This record gives sequence, structure tokens and C-alpha cells, in this order.
Amino acid sequence: MKIRVLGLLLLSFALLVLAASVGSTGFESLLRAGRDPVAWQIVMDIRLPRACGAWLAGALLGLAGAVAQGLFRNPLADPFLLGSASGASLGVGIALAFLGSAPVAGAWLPRLGLTGAAFVGAVGAVLMTLALAKGVGHTLRLLLAGVVVGVVLGALGQLIMMMQPEVMLAMQAFLLGGTGFVGWQSCLLMATVALLCVLVAWLLSPLLDGLSLGEATARSLGLPLAQGRVALVAVLALATGTAVAQTGLIGFVGLAAPHLVRSLARVTHRHFMLLSTLMGAVLLLAADTLARILIAPQELPVGVLTAVLGGGYLLWLMQRSNGSERAMP
Amino acid sequence: MRFWVRWLMVAAGLFWLWQPTQALQVRDERGVTVTLAQPPQRIVSLLPSLTEMVCALNQCKHLVGVDRYSNYPASVRALPTVGGGLDPQIEAIVALRPDLVLLATSSPAISRLEALGLRVVAVEPKTHDDVRRALQILGAVLAVPDAMSRWADIEAGLREAAALLTPRTPRTKVYFEVNSAPYAAGEASFIGETLARLGVDNIVPRALGPFPRLNPEFVVRANPDMILVGDSSFTTLAQRPGWSSLRAVAQGRYCVFSPEQSDVMVRPGPRMAEAARLIAQCIRDKRP
Repeated sequence: MKIRVLGLLLLSFALLVLAASVGSTGFESLLRAGRDPVAWQIVMDIRLPRACGAWLAGALLGLAGAVAQGLFRNPLADPFLLGSASGASLGVGIALAFLGSAPVAGAWLPRLGLTGAAFVGAVGAVLMTLALAKGVGHTLRLLLAGVVVGVVLGALGQLIMMMQPEVMLAMQAFLLGGTGFVGWQSCLLMATVALLCVLVAWLLSPLLDGLSLGEATARSLGLPLAQGRVALVAVLALATGTAVAQTGLIGFVGLAAPHLVRSLARVTHRHFMLLSTLMGAVLLLAADTLARILIAPQELPVGVLTAVLGGGYLLWLMQRSNGSERAMP
Repeated sequence: MRFWVRWLMVAAGLFWLWQPTQALQVRDERGVTVTLAQPPQRIVSLLPSLTEMVCALNQCKHLVGVDRYSNYPASVRALPTVGGGLDPQIEAIVALRPDLVLLATSSPAISRLEALGLRVVAVEPKTHDDVRRALQILGAVLAVPDAMSRWADIEAGLREAAALLTPRTPRTKVYFEVNSAPYAAGEASFIGETLARLGVDNIVPRALGPFPRLNPEFVVRANPDMILVGDSSFTTLAQRPGWSSLRAVAQGRYCVFSPEQSDVMVRPGPRMAEAARLIAQCIRDKRP
């Protein structure tokens, strides 16, 4: 276990160094960083915060994915299960449609910005799901409510795109996701949220262990199911909302990271949470770095690469375990 | 005496040299006042219409980078591209060491670029009036005193294009399709404004907004005399339900603009007069 955590941390560090040395200006900026203030700025204020941002956003999504899969006891659960993706894009759509143009916007919308709108949208969607499901007591009802909220808010987002075609391109850019605009401030925010969420998930992991044995067993063990679930849903919403607000909708990291961890090791949820967090971080940082290398000096959308990288690796693992007559966890 | 004269001349020369150059101050479309110590020498433009305006103001030589959609004038195709307007590559922009970045007010990169200490002027022309204002802003920020004469050129070009269509009886009813969804150019859009200047009627009223998505039925009912398509989806016109009976389709009275011509059509910039001329020529050649 310790070796795996250490391994992922070492991998993160190696990727961080790599990420600091690639980009549109290539390795040159790193070499000249000592003498040239612009090269210094590129490495210190653009590449490093971007790499840290990708790592942190990946960590948040990996953690949210692990929480979602544990909470719903469903291997297909991902961080956007409770409608946060559609909520975030609706928030962004509303902000884009009203920013500057309508008097309703007043003073608060521009100040809130797209980041704030995405966060409010994501968390608002989860709250709406909770309200529709009448709390967190019934897992299936929660899942269904999440799907309904996702579809309805998604449709509303499309409606905005149709009514205001000017915002379509900007919304699409958000839906694709990307880490290009992440600065140190965003990193600090994501780091704070990530620390908080990991801590809560770590404390509540016995609950998920109990839940994996079935709801009745968990209850008979005397675990505080109701409060624990609320807290875990809060972690899910906060982690997903923060990641989405800073980097847009980056798919597949939250789904793939927990599966990759399961394929590496069978561990209790306490370690599973930590490993998923690190795995998500490594996955997104690797994808982001690769996105900048592959067609340099241009860039690929990072969401494309997370799907190809994570999906490809997962498929390969499945093939391998099929070959040895072992069922996929 | 001569000594003193020479001394005075040297002093005057030095004074002239030392006098701080007038700082440029400009309020962009966000309402933010941007100050530049001197006219910008290294400009990055992230919007094709702004790229065209910079070049129309004879400052093309100062462009050092453009977005991937900027393709006019031809000289800008040789410049490094720094991503698109919505997904610009911050690193590539910073590496070009620009002293001015021009971009759209809706660009998501504004705050990030400003945080990195770059001068940013945000302008996003959407109407004829916006183009005039944008030329004014760019003229001020690039220290081009006769920027407004470019606007006068555009105005003259629009008048010339309108003259192609006189006498204008009977009035022609036009439908301008931006893409095959179908999104149309309404009276509120700059294309609609151009059509109005040409003295033709637009079937899409102002109330529907600049670029509304139409129900194809709407077009059938309005039965325009002419269809203008700024996209290569025209082959499907006759195949759309009910459209084959449209006057314009049945009599072949539609114009399809090539990709290069479409670029001219859809960019609110210095080539608006050229767009007007292309539209006017098409209508003149094909109208009943």
C-alpha cells in the first residue's frame, strides 16, 4: 500500500517536471528561465500552475469518482452522476447569455464570473437532486433523481444555446474542458478543497466499507448511515463542483481512476480513496502533458486524451484479466 | 553668440528627446481604461475581424501572432498561430512577448492574460456601429490618427453597393441563411443591417434577434424572392420538405457563397463593404 502511494507520488513528481519542460516553446524556456524573465514567467506562472491545476483537478475528480462508486455501490457511477455536469453547463450558459447584455445581470453576475456560475450550477444541481429524492436515504431514488435533473438541466442548457447562438461556441469550449487558464490562485483554491474532501472521505471510509457489504449489514454494524451519506454527497458535490468550475467538464477521469486502482490492488476504502485521488491526479496530469506534446506547438483538447488514455488502459486491463479467466473487479 | 545659439539648439534637442512621449489611453468595450506608454510594436490578435482591422489601419507589420481563424490578409497566414479565440494558448501568447493583445470581450482568457501582466484590449464588433467604434478604439490604441477615414471608406463602399441595386422596384424579399440548422441573419444582425442598406427586405424581423434558429416552415410561409446562403449546405435546399415549391428555389434564385466569400460575409470588419458588394451583385444578377 505504502509502496503504491509512494509510486504514484513519484510518478506525479516526474510528470510535474516533464510538464514544466514542455509546451509551445518547448524545452528552451526551461533552459533560459534563469536569464530571461519571459521564459521564467512561462515556467513559473504558466506551466507549473497549469500542471498543478491538472493534478489537483484530477485528484478532485478521482476522489469524487471513488466516493460516488462507493456510495452508490455501482461501478458505473461517476462524479457527474447527481447532475452536476448539466448544472455547471447551464450555469455557464446563463452567465454567458446574460453577461453584459441584459440589465438583469446587474452587478453580481460579472463578479461571480463563469467560474462561480459553473460552481453554483454544479452544486445547485446536486441540491436539486437531493430535494427531488427527498434526502439521501434511498439510493435508487437518488440515482434516478440525478438522471432526471441531469437530463432536464441539460435540455435547458441546450435551449439557451438555441436561443442565443452567440454563446454556443463559448459553451462548447467549456464542455470540452481544459486546464489552459489555471493560475496559482485556482490551484490554491482546489488544493484547499481537495484537502478538506480527502480528510472527510478518509474519516468516513469505514462507512463505505460497511456499505459494500449491503445496506442492512451496514446498519446492523451501527454505522451512522444517514449523516455519513449526507457528508459524502457533500464531498461529491464540492469536489466535482470545484474541479468543473476551474477546468470545465473533463470526462472519464472520475470513472476510470477508481477502476484503475481496483485493477492494481484490492484494498479497504480508506486506502482506496487515497489511491483513487492520486490515480485521478496522475491520469489528468499525464493527459494534459501529452496534450501539449503530441501536436506541439498546438494543443489537443485534454478531454479527448483522458478518454483515450484512461479508456485504452482500462480496456487493456480487461482484456488481460479475461485472458487469465479472472473477472474484472 | 554663435556658441549660445548652438548651446540652445542642443538643449532644445535634448529637451525634445527627453520629453516623455504622450501615453496612450483608451477605454475598451469592457469599459476598462488601458494605458500604453507608446504605440504597441508587438500585437497579438485573437479575433479575425480585429486582425483585419489592424491590417486595414496599416499596422499589419506590428502583428506577431494571430488566432487560428485569422486568414486575411494573406500576410497573416505566415504568422505564428496561438490557438483559437476561445481556446487560446496562454504560453504561446506570452512567449511572443506582445505589448498588446486584442481579443473579444467574451474571451475566457482576458483575466488570465491580465494576471500575467499583459496589456489587453477587448473589442467585439457585432453591428455596423460596433465596427465604427472598434475602428475608433483601435485607431486610438495604435496611434493611427486617420482611423475614421477607414470607416468613411466602408460607408462609401456600402453606398456603391447599394447603387448597384437601383432602381429598386419592386423590393426584393431576401432570406440569408448562416448555416443549415437553419440559423438566419435577422434584421438585428450586421448582415441584416447591410441588407437594409442595400434596400432589400429581410424576411426575418428584428424581434427574432440577430441570428435566430428558424422553423423551416417560417421560410416556406415567407416565400422569399431570393435566398443567400453563407454556407455550402445549399444542395439540400430543394430537398427540404416543401422548399422545392419556394419561388426562389424553383427559379434557381439563390446564391451560395464560397468559403472565402463566406469569411467576408460573417466578419463584421473592414471588408463589410466587400460583403455588401458580393450580396448586391448576386441579387442584381439573379433577381426577377
